[in-house]
Amino acid sequence: MEGVKVLLRNPRREVEVEGPVRVVSLLGRLGYRREAVLVIVDGALVTGDATIKEGSQVEIRPVISGGAGPR
Amino acid sequence: MKCRACRAPAVVEIRRHNTTLCRHCFLGYCRNQVGRAIRDHDMIGPGQRVLVAVSGGKDSLALWDMLLDLGYDADGVYVGLGIDGYSQPSADHARAFARRRQARLVEVDLRQQYGYDVRSGAAADHRAPCSACGLSKRHIFDRAAVEGGYDVVATGHNLDDEAAVLLGNVLRWDLEYMARQRPVLPGGHGFPKKVKPLVRLAERETAAYCVLQGIDYQVEECPMAAGNRHLGYKEALGLIEERSPGAKAVFFGQFLERAAAALAGASAEAGGAVLHPCPSCGAPTSSELCAFCRLVERAGGDPRRRVPVSGR
Repeated sequence: MEGVKVLLRNPRREVEVEGPVRVVSLLGRLGYRREAVLVIVDGALVTGDATIKEGSQVEIRPVISGGAGPR
Repeated sequence: MKCRACRAPAVVEIRRHNTTLCRHCFLGYCRNQVGRAIRDHDMIGPGQRVLVAVSGGKDSLALWDMLLDLGYDADGVYVGLGIDGYSQPSADHARAFARRRQARLVEVDLRQQYGYDVRSGAAADHRAPCSACGLSKRHIFDRAAVEGGYDVVATGHNLDDEAAVLLGNVLRWDLEYMARQRPVLPGGHGFPKKVKPLVRLAERETAAYCVLQGIDYQVEECPMAAGNRHLGYKEALGLIEERSPGAKAVFFGQFLERAAAALAGASAEAGGAVLHPCPSCGAPTSSELCAFCRLVERAGGDPRRRVPVSGR
């Protein structure tokens, strides 16, 4: 079964998680604070309640200048 | 989720306003916030020429984009800092944006024009890299604006930046810095007027603006900024904001409303130094040689090189 590919930044790397998964759950699982990142799914900005389907390309993009890694 | 304004599918949540917005309404919200900051603080007058300090990051490109959309006569200035693996892609983003918007970008390269880069300048002047970077950029933005005949320099400082700087100033009770922490610094004595039109927008909002507008920007962080004190203040405020959405806006907004006027005396006291033109570059300074020229000389460069900016 195809998972969800997630691009992380600072440093740039990719992880794969099981789908489907809600945005808030994904961020919690990876240890990100909601307000510190944007989540972009298949090129589109999404809100926290969105469900990410298997096979989606996801980017978790930090927004804090100076670095915004996991907590 | 639906857009609180028009019921279309939402793409952004703004927790401090307890709202969600669609692309169209969010872009309008951002422009409104910038327009309101400009009006409330009398930042840019009719017909004035603006020089936007552009880094290739989200804030400066979002700012430039919004100023152009709001009808301002806004050029950009980019400073090549010579940071390996970072400066080149940053410059590429700034140039690509200028091409796309058919806007004018003035470029100044520290290595080519002054003979040093941030790393060598910081080492030679015994400063932290962020300090050498800030000093260099402030000097070049000021010179570029004065020599290019611009009325205003606009920088991409956002609400998170200002709240973090304020927290740092409060922790030291640095009244002089607090007195100068305003959305507008008036010009005069050889300095250009400086404005911060993004002070009503959080950095998550400027990042979302860029994504929604299709603006490519430098996402990876400056390798020299990692772990700096400013970032620590942002993280601390981020944790407070998570528990109390809107805390950052209240912290900075109420400072401006209640404390800034009371601190004007500290600013006037600090502003008492007599300024004269730096004998090397002509910039106003209270020292024999301005701090920028001292750094350039210590780094073995030539401070007399002029920023090649001309009015149109």
